Amino acid sequence: MARFILGRLIGGIVILWLVSVLAFVLFFVIPKALGNNPAVLFAGRSPDPATIAGVTKKLGLDRSYVDQYWDFLRGVFVGRHFDSGSDRSWCPAPCLGYSFRNDQPVWSQIVDALPVTASLSFGAAALFLVIGVSTGVFSAVRRGGLFDRIAAAVSLAGVSLPVYFTGLLLLLLVSYKWHIIDNVHYVNFTHNPALWAWNLIPAWLVLSLLYTANYQRLTRASMIETLGEDYVRTARAKGLPERTVIGKHALRPALTPIVTIFGLDLGVLFGGAILTEHTFGFRGLGAISIDAVNTQDLPVTMGVTLFAAFFIILANVLVDVTYAIIDPRVRPS
Amino acid sequence: MTGPAPTGTPFLQVRDLTVSFRTDDGVVHAVDKLSFSVERGRTLGIVGESGSGKSVTSLAIMGLHRRGRRVGIDGEIRLDGEDLVTAAAERVRGLRGRRMAMIFQDPLSSMHPQFTVGEQIVEAYRVHNRVSRATARRRATELLELVGIPEPARRLDDYPHQFSGGMRQRAMIAMAVSCNPELLIADEPTTALDVTVQAQILDLMRELQKEFNSAIIIITHDLGVVAEISDDILVMYAGQAMEHGPVEEVFAHAEHPYTWGLLQSITRLDRQLETTLRTIPGSPPSLINVPPGCPFHPRCTYRELAGPAASTVRPPLTETSPGHRVACHLPVEQRRRLLREEVTPTL
Ligand SMILES: Nc1ncnc2c1ncn2[C@@H]1O[C@H](COP(=O)(O)OP(=O)(O)OP(=O)(O)O)[C@@H](O)[C@H]1O
Ligand code: SF4
Ligand SMILES: [Mg+2]
Repeated sequence: MARFILGRLIGGIVILWLVSVLAFVLFFVIPKALGNNPAVLFAGRSPDPATIAGVTKKLGLDRSYVDQYWDFLRGVFVGRHFDSGSDRSWCPAPCLGYSFRNDQPVWSQIVDALPVTASLSFGAAALFLVIGVSTGVFSAVRRGGLFDRIAAAVSLAGVSLPVYFTGLLLLLLVSYKWHIIDNVHYVNFTHNPALWAWNLIPAWLVLSLLYTANYQRLTRASMIETLGEDYVRTARAKGLPERTVIGKHALRPALTPIVTIFGLDLGVLFGGAILTEHTFGFRGLGAISIDAVNTQDLPVTMGVTLFAAFFIILANVLVDVTYAIIDPRVRPS
Repeated sequence: MTGPAPTGTPFLQVRDLTVSFRTDDGVVHAVDKLSFSVERGRTLGIVGESGSGKSVTSLAIMGLHRRGRRVGIDGEIRLDGEDLVTAAAERVRGLRGRRMAMIFQDPLSSMHPQFTVGEQIVEAYRVHNRVSRATARRRATELLELVGIPEPARRLDDYPHQFSGGMRQRAMIAMAVSCNPELLIADEPTTALDVTVQAQILDLMRELQKEFNSAIIIITHDLGVVAEISDDILVMYAGQAMEHGPVEEVFAHAEHPYTWGLLQSITRLDRQLETTLRTIPGSPPSLINVPPGCPFHPRCTYRELAGPAASTVRPPLTETSPGHRVACHLPVEQRRRLLREEVTPTL
């Protein structure tokens, strides 16, 4: 098992490295090949010639690609200086780039936004996982019953209503009409846990509605399949109570595909729930990405991309490991 | 064929059992007015072609059909006198695995792939016995030893996929007998196994029966298995009993044309190779539209001899010699003559 985990970790690191090469090619090599000066792109919107010259120097764009990539990679582990001779900025490890526009390392922006994104995505994930799976199980057990039919209808609404619609509607009701939460905004967990949760509830609900519907349907389909398996009949033949038959013998194998999807969803959510953040005015990774695109702050775009890639890959590794824990057949003997 | 003589108090008594399924295509009459009984220490073999209702019968006894609008169960299933058809579901659950247990055909798909063999046996034992995990584990080791698995303490922590087919079926049997059930139902327990392993599993079941004095029902396509292990045989066709009686009697003096067909289709190793295997012409009927009268009549070579009743009146199961019952319109003497003159020479 330890070797299996180690193998997956090494695989993950290799992929991460490939992603970094790809990002480098995408942001530095291709623009140049297309006749654009990367310095102009990296300097931010409409820079003056002096800034461009400074950025060229700082990024070392006159040097070979190998040297440039090496500087970038070193920066991730030990930090790096961006030095134009007249101006010198320090970007500590992990240096994912430097926003010349904001005169700030990209990492510090990510660090500021991370608690917001983490709160939003973990909270919503816990919610949609628990609600989605439990209602899915219930639907599967009482297939065709009243609950199942209502759940199917709600589910359909859940997947088809866009977040900016449900989000704004909820905001309108909660904040402007009923005044339950005035002026929804992000409160730091360390500052006041109760207010933190209170302000996040509407966003959690909106974000999880979309996913709950998916998880409900996925769990239902998966459970219907396992409930028909021979080993579930064996569990009943042993005289096990129905809750053990369903909650243990049928649910456990049904969770396998759900774990996979959950890992991927969590990775993607960590890249920023752009629409939800925007609707509620939270400054998470999604908001940072949008701003970076709007202000053409390419270093930030690149940094957030790499960071999101890191999370998606990490989530994949965790999925593989969880998979092996749940299902002994994929475990190496 | 080693069981004690009938004592008149059967442990399991099935009377007029009827099981039907409501489907989109119509009502499936899977089991129709079936009656039989099994005593402690004796083995009943149930045979019949695919779809004749053997599995449906055993699942009905175990209470494993989901009760509801789609499944209809009528008649009586008495376990030690108590009727299971009318008993509360929770009551039947308490009997399952404790007083009656079941072994399924394919041990690979019937054991849970994600729990160790030990966990699965421990669980079966602990549902019905208030003991600690450690005690149950000791019991599981004993059970694996009992069913002939080498190094039982170590194999306990293996997953089913790490066992061979024969070992898995042994483990499955260990799980089934963990609470010393008085009735053991085996639904084609050896079909998925190769011949030598089949013989070992049958030996094992025989030994366990001696040890626990349990009543056994063994369901099979293989008349050889029945001859080897059963005391009585029940021949089913289209959810109905065609012939029922002591094994020696039925094998020596079969009286039902369907049983003749089954006997004629056995592969005999001692027979010359040029003799072609005989099979019963035609195929089993749809259980949605069971033929009226004798359900076997569309495929029966002798239906003309029985006259028009064959396709209009259902022949009752009638005793023709002690314990031997047959459902056929032909007069007894005629059946015995046909067996002697036409059937026996082809066997
Ligand atoms: N849940 C169900 N719903 C509808 N029909 C069913 C159901 N279970 C069994 N049947 C039907 O009942 C009939 C008898 O099935 P059963 O499984 O008892 O046959 P069998 O004698 O065990 O055959 P085999 O030798 O192939 O195992 C079949 O026609 C089958 O299709
Ligand atoms: S009753 Fe008639 S049709 Fe049925 S088995 Fe006997 S002879 Fe054949
Ligand atoms: Mg069957």
